[in-house]
Amino acid sequence: MDKGLSLKGVTISKGGAPLLSVSHDIGPGEVLTVMGPSGVGKSTLLAFITGTLAPDFNAVGEVWMNGHNITNAAPHQRRVGILFQDDLLFPHLSVGANLAFGLRPGGNAAERHAKIDEALDEVGLSGFADRDPATLSGGQKARVALMRMLLSEPCGLLLDEPFSRLDAALRAQVRDMVFDRAKARALPVLLVTHDADDAQAAGGDIIRLGE
Amino acid sequence: MLGPVAAGLWGTFLPAFGHLPAAGLTGPSLDPFRDLFGWGGLPRAVMLSLSTGLLATSISLVIVVLVTAGWSGTRPFRALERLLSPLLSVPHAAAAFGLAFLIAPSGWLSCLFSPGLTGWERPPDILILQDTWGLTMTAGLIVKEVPFLLLITLAALGQTDARRSVTIAQALGYGRVTGWLKTVFPRVYAQIRPPVYVVLAYSMSVVDVAVILGPNTPPPLSVQIVKLMSDPDLTMRLEAAAAALLQLGLVIGALISWRLGEVIVARLGRYWVAKGTRGRFDPIVAQAALWGGGASALVVMLGLVVLAIWSFAGFWGFPDALPDNFTLRNWMRFGPGTLDALGETALIACTVALAALVLTIGCLEAEYRYGLSFSQRAVWLLYFPLLIPQTAFLPGLQTLMLNAGVDVGRLPVMLAHLVFVLPYVFLSLADPFRAWDTRMGTIATALRASPDGVLWRVRLPMLLRPILTALAVGFAVSVGQYLPTLLIGGGRVATLTTEAVALASGGDRRAIAVYGLMQTVAALVPFALALLMPALVWRNRRGLRHG
Repeated sequence: MDKGLSLKGVTISKGGAPLLSVSHDIGPGEVLTVMGPSGVGKSTLLAFITGTLAPDFNAVGEVWMNGHNITNAAPHQRRVGILFQDDLLFPHLSVGANLAFGLRPGGNAAERHAKIDEALDEVGLSGFADRDPATLSGGQKARVALMRMLLSEPCGLLLDEPFSRLDAALRAQVRDMVFDRAKARALPVLLVTHDADDAQAAGGDIIRLGE
Repeated sequence: MLGPVAAGLWGTFLPAFGHLPAAGLTGPSLDPFRDLFGWGGLPRAVMLSLSTGLLATSISLVIVVLVTAGWSGTRPFRALERLLSPLLSVPHAAAAFGLAFLIAPSGWLSCLFSPGLTGWERPPDILILQDTWGLTMTAGLIVKEVPFLLLITLAALGQTDARRSVTIAQALGYGRVTGWLKTVFPRVYAQIRPPVYVVLAYSMSVVDVAVILGPNTPPPLSVQIVKLMSDPDLTMRLEAAAAALLQLGLVIGALISWRLGEVIVARLGRYWVAKGTRGRFDPIVAQAALWGGGASALVVMLGLVVLAIWSFAGFWGFPDALPDNFTLRNWMRFGPGTLDALGETALIACTVALAALVLTIGCLEAEYRYGLSFSQRAVWLLYFPLLIPQTAFLPGLQTLMLNAGVDVGRLPVMLAHLVFVLPYVFLSLADPFRAWDTRMGTIATALRASPDGVLWRVRLPMLLRPILTALAVGFAVSVGQYLPTLLIGGGRVATLTTEAVALASGGDRRAIAVYGLMQTVAALVPFALALLMPALVWRNRRGLRHG
């Protein structure tokens, strides 16, 4: 398969003891959910894909993105987007500067400004560019974090329990927004969660770990 | 940083056994030691070194431990903490001068209570300063080490589950102090052990405080070493080197006895825990400790106040509580001189603090990028230059430079300062640097920022406050350095500290006050900036406001 994110015989172990094994192709616009209780190493799988696996883990197998083997690529050249359960907006930058950090380089100042305003409009946060991220509500932060990631034009999206900090009402809303945007951009999505609702809403294949 | 220390020790070792080509002497011989042991003041000097070091360390440790045990988490404790943390940066020499002006027979305290309470019409003829037993010197060390140990203890407390342990102990009927000592102290002490050893080694071999507050005849061993080193007769350096080796031996011996003391205290402690006593005297102990901590803070602050008064004083006769008139004349007279020294001090301190910061960030960033981790052993390595008494390896370093024909001057002084500044900068920045949420780095990387981009655009800006604090710590440590400046500078590099200490024997209180205050200001201003600048730069960023 050319397009999408493929995990080929990925096995992660720690100190010789295997944690998990995954082989799976995720097509454009598809979602793969990896489920399991905390502590089974779900997040290490994502760390392996982003290239930030801690040195005390061992991993074999390959990660392919849109027909390229990115297993050994430098982390910042992999074009893999990721969202965590915390928004992790950079606290020293304004909302607009956070988005500018994500936005692919290129274009003059006016064009970049326009793109950032457009992104804010898209998630109903028009006029928020100069705000301090710490003054935003949880849902607003989640939306900024999503748009920051999408502006970097990733080829795939990893979600590390991104909805678990949000309360029930907000949760469904943010979840739908993330999946809609990913589908609209035909991104392969890998969701890691311990929540059955999330897995259900994702609607794709489900791999269960640690059971 | 081990290089200069090892080289310095080697440079001490050779002349101690009679090898000093610069003076036309080749060893080995035992004459230097024979000369040293022939000096009548030696037993006293050795005793002073041991007693001031052990007393200052144990008393300040006891105060800090009991205050923390009795009060941590309470309002008085926070007040004391806020009082003590700026005092950490007050240079030892300035604090010592302040104490001297305060408690001397003709000092401020004596003035305030005379003749009303004491009936003294003239300064009493008692030896308070430079007392033969070195008690005043010990007190001067205690008031400076209490803030240091308290802040170190606070940092260690953050990594222990102290609050819940004390809650459990209290639920079992233990008093606050007893509960804390029995449950939290062992964990905390394991973490603060290296800095405690540093305090011990430092207090045993300190020079500037000893010159100001210590006895003269005979002086503590460290002062004697410096005296011998500055003798124009090069052969005196042999005896100095022998004394330096003796000093090293004393410090090592004291550290070993301290370690043995730890074992004994631990054994007694286990027995005490097993007995299950609940601590009937806790409130009294806690009160006493708070008074001790408060008094040590008060002494330093009153000392600075009296320095300030003297610097503006016109005629001030005993026993008036205040001078007859205030004048700017002292500042007009000594101000230009202090400005020269301030320039030299600031140039050295800025360069050294910046260099230490760059090295520290380089180390910590490499640790992060390549997934290295420092073991407990590496932490000891960091403390190593602080554990070896300055008087043991700086004379050697100077002798080596002399032999190699390297010129003394500003650059070597900077390098020597770096040896002492780097550990403090590293220790100050390491925890906040490592506590940074690395997922921020993952996110930034996923947004296609390169490793350098992550460092410069995300990590360093977010860590602005701890970085500036580390810089201020480095600056203050450099400002306070006396011996490296004196020895490695060959007397030609005049900083505020060397100038102030040089004034000690002259006894011109107005000159001392001006220099001492300038020294304090030089050390304190960077701290104020380190607090102000992040608050200004990040005034619209709530997420960065509380560090």
